[in-house]
Order: sequence, then C-alpha cells, then structure tokens
Amino acid sequence: MSTYLSNNWETILTALRQHVWLALVPVVIGFVLALPIGYLGVRFPWLYHPLVNTCGVLYSIPSLALFVFLPVLLGTKILSPLNIVVALTIYTVALLARTVADGLRSVDALVVQSATAMGYRRLRRLIDVELPVALPVILAGLRVATVSNISLVSVGALIGVGGLGQLFTRGFQLFYTQPIIVGIVLSVALAGICDLAIVGLQRLVTPWTRYQRGAA
Amino acid sequence: MITFDDVVKVYPGGSTAVDHLSLELPTGKTTVFVGPSGCGKTTSLRMINRMINPTSGRILIDGQDVAGQDDALLRRKIGYVIQHAGLFPHRTVLDNVATVPMLLGKSRKEARTAALGLLERVGLSAEFASRYPAQLSGGQQQRVGVARALAADPPVMLMDEPFSAVDPVVREGLHREFLRLQKDLGKTIAMVTHDIDEAIKLGDVVVILRQGGKLAQIGTPQELLDHPADEFVAEFVGRDRGLRSLSFDTAAGLPVRPLTADLLLDEAGRPVSWGDGEPTGGTFTVEDSLRLVTDLAITSPVGIAVRVDANGKADGLVPHHDLVDHLAERRAAK
Repeated sequence: MSTYLSNNWETILTALRQHVWLALVPVVIGFVLALPIGYLGVRFPWLYHPLVNTCGVLYSIPSLALFVFLPVLLGTKILSPLNIVVALTIYTVALLARTVADGLRSVDALVVQSATAMGYRRLRRLIDVELPVALPVILAGLRVATVSNISLVSVGALIGVGGLGQLFTRGFQLFYTQPIIVGIVLSVALAGICDLAIVGLQRLVTPWTRYQRGAA
Repeated sequence: MITFDDVVKVYPGGSTAVDHLSLELPTGKTTVFVGPSGCGKTTSLRMINRMINPTSGRILIDGQDVAGQDDALLRRKIGYVIQHAGLFPHRTVLDNVATVPMLLGKSRKEARTAALGLLERVGLSAEFASRYPAQLSGGQQQRVGVARALAADPPVMLMDEPFSAVDPVVREGLHREFLRLQKDLGKTIAMVTHDIDEAIKLGDVVVILRQGGKLAQIGTPQELLDHPADEFVAEFVGRDRGLRSLSFDTAAGLPVRPLTADLLLDEAGRPVSWGDGEPTGGTFTVEDSLRLVTDLAITSPVGIAVRVDANGKADGLVPHHDLVDHLAERRAAK
C-alpha cells in the first residue's frame, strides 16, 4: 500500500483536488440558485407543490444518464468537467430549493406576523428574520446535498471525469484493489470533513438553536 | 385618539367580521375590545395598523386616515404585542427589544442602550439581555414582547391577547405591572381579550362586540357593570357584576361606627382580635374598594369590617347591615 501511495501520490492528489472542485462548486452555485427558487415556492403558495414535484423528478434522474445526456443538450465535449458541474448543480438545486421552501414554511407564523407588525418590509423581513430562522433546516439540507455531491462525482469517472472515481475505474481495469481502497477512504473522509465543517458553521451562525426545546 | 368611522370588514367568502363599527379610543387611555370568538375584535385591532384593510369606512389616528399612509412606516409608530409574544428566536432579548429603533435607523449601539433601559422598565434584570427567547419562561417572554413594543416610544400600542398564554398567577403579576407602566406612560392602547374580567380590570374604556362584528356596548367598566345595555351584555359581564361593580367605588363615603371595647387593640392602637379571641380577618382603609369592605364584612366571624387609618390604627367599624344600607343608597343614587 505504501509503495502504491508513494508512487502515485501526485495522481491521487490531483484526483482529490478535482473531486473537491467538482463536488463543491455545484453546491455553491446550487445554493445560490435554490434560495430564490425556494422563496418563490413560499411567496406564491400555489407554486409549492409543482416545485416539490419538479425537484423530486429532477433528483430521480440517474446521474450517469444525466452526465451522458448533458453534452448533447449543452453542446459541450463529452469529457468536459462542465457536464459534471451542471449535472450536480441540478441535483443540488433539486435538493435545496425544496429545503429552502420547507425551511421558510417552518418559520412560526407569529414570528412573521410580529415582524410585519413592527414595520418590516417584505425583503428585509426575509433577510433579517425569515432566512435566519429557517437556517437550521436549510443547513441540514446543505449537508445532505454536499455529501450526496461528493459521492456522485465518482460516477463521473465512467465518462472520464470523476475525481477520486478515476481511482476506482483504474483499479477495476487493472484488477488492483489499492487505488479502490484509497479512493473509498478519501471520498468518505472528504464527505465527513465537509459535513463536520457545515455542522461547525451551523453552530457558529445559529447559536440560539442550542436552547430550542425539541427543535432542530 | 383613534377613530373608527363606519368601518366594515367582509372577508372573501362573504363572512362579515366587522359590521359598521363607529367608535373612538381616547388618547392616553386603554380601550379593551372584548367579545365571544367571531366578534371581530382581533380584526378591528389589526385594521388600526393595516395588517388588515377594511372593506369600507375609515380608521383615523389623531385625525389622519391610516389608509393613506405607507404601511411599514405607519407600523413603526405603533407598538404591537401579541399572544406568545412572537419574539424572534434567533435574536437575543436585547436585540429583540432593539428591533424597531434599528428599523427607524438608530445605530446598533444606541438601540441596545435604549433596550437595556426598557428591560428594566418591564421588570427584567440586565442578565436577561444576552439570553435567547427559548431560555425564558412564558411570562418573561411576554415582558420582552412589551419592552419590544415600547422600544421606539410609540404613542399608540396594539395588544392582541397579550396575557392569555400565561398561567393565572403570572398573569396577575403582568396585569399589575401593565397598570403601573400605563400609569407612567399614558399610551393610547387598544387591547383585545376574550376575558371580560381582564377587560374590566385593565380597561379605561371597554368595547363589547357581539358575533358578526356588531357593537354591543361601549363604556367604562363600571358603566357596563351597572347599566348593561341589553341581555347579551348583562350575560357577558357575568352574574356577579353587581359585586364586581363595587371594585370601582372606594370606601370613602361609607359611614363608620365608633370603636367598641369588644375590639382589642395593641399599644399603637392597631386591631389585634375580637374580645372572644375571634380574628378580625383583615382591615380596610378609605382608599380600599367597597368590594373589599363587603368581603371583610361577610367573612368576619362577627359580621363587622374594621377600618384603619394610614398608620394601621383602628378608627371605625362597619357592621354588615350598615353596609347593606349604604349599598341600597348607592343603588338609588345611580
């Protein structure tokens, strides 16, 4: 194992770096897109169910199919990392738009009402009151989306761009377990670290949740 | 002064919540809207700060129609307290109270300093400032709610069932403090409650509404107790309204008899007990209400209420038949 690591550390590091980028860039873009989309599902209640259904359908498209189909749709090269980024962004939006909507809907009506009665206008109320109060729910969704993306990137290896997933394909092709083990360990570790980072962020930005009884 | 001028609210679907309501809420006084559920009391309250807009008619604050004003700016000038307080869970107590001053453009520091003073005003020590609402009891949350509503020193306050979510003992304490605060501040307050006792206790003016949003009667608590306009009001204010009306008259006009040897006193002249060892069961002063005197006369083992002066020195007796005569005269005078 140590021989494998010392001979291939450059390949492994490149794969890891690519994996981080491919997984996390879509999380950021998806989160930014999901905020307004999720908000619309709350602002216009009739939009909520179509939104939830659309998200459900999008998330259920098999990732490999999406990776292969996107180049046709976008006109990108089949080996372009952009395919992976776009596909994972779609999954992230599908997960988070619903989470944002559910988070905003979970805000106690009395809290929204008292904010309005104190003279908040709609946008400022959203930014100062509704989003912060919805944050525990939204961040829980962000954890799922992040971990899910980290695991999905590997599938990209089947079309040639897959971060740590390339270690799996190589291992299979060569009947050689060591890259597979390294790939698994690293992607699990990466998922764990990212998850912990979000939990840490959550503790930092929502200190008040520690005192909520029976709440998230 | 807040004026309701022929206000009607019909909800989509056709149910009438408020039916041609015209009334005036005097400046610096507490006006309490009370009535059974579905009487439109909350709707009436929320039309004042435009949380709900009337179908027709006008609401004026000091002669200015609220309909012509920007909602957010209007609401920042009107304090608002709701049931369960509706505090922001993600903000500390101090920042909850600082909310409206900050919306009005005050700096965070300035708003927080003012907020600290307000916490003290509503009976919360500075140690609560950095806590979150979830760390407070219901009664404490409600105090913060009141402090938050007072923060920008609005001339008008709306209170929607402010004390109904706390237990009776806590409510009693909040009532006392409300009355003390209002005595100092003299805000124009519109309050909603379903509890007639609360209305009578806290209101300078009580507005009784009946189902369908019709005005049943408006008046001081004593007017409602002594002269209910109809069966509905009489029923609503309750069977013991006669007794409760006595809460609003002091014992100042009540004739007393001189002390007798039956009442044992200590060296300072304070009552100790009756000669046969029976306790006096409490005393009253001229400041106390006729209701208290009545209660003392009824519960006293000898049927006599003992009056004391400001120093606690006994200075007169009221046997219960004297009290009955006085009540009969009082009744005839009304």
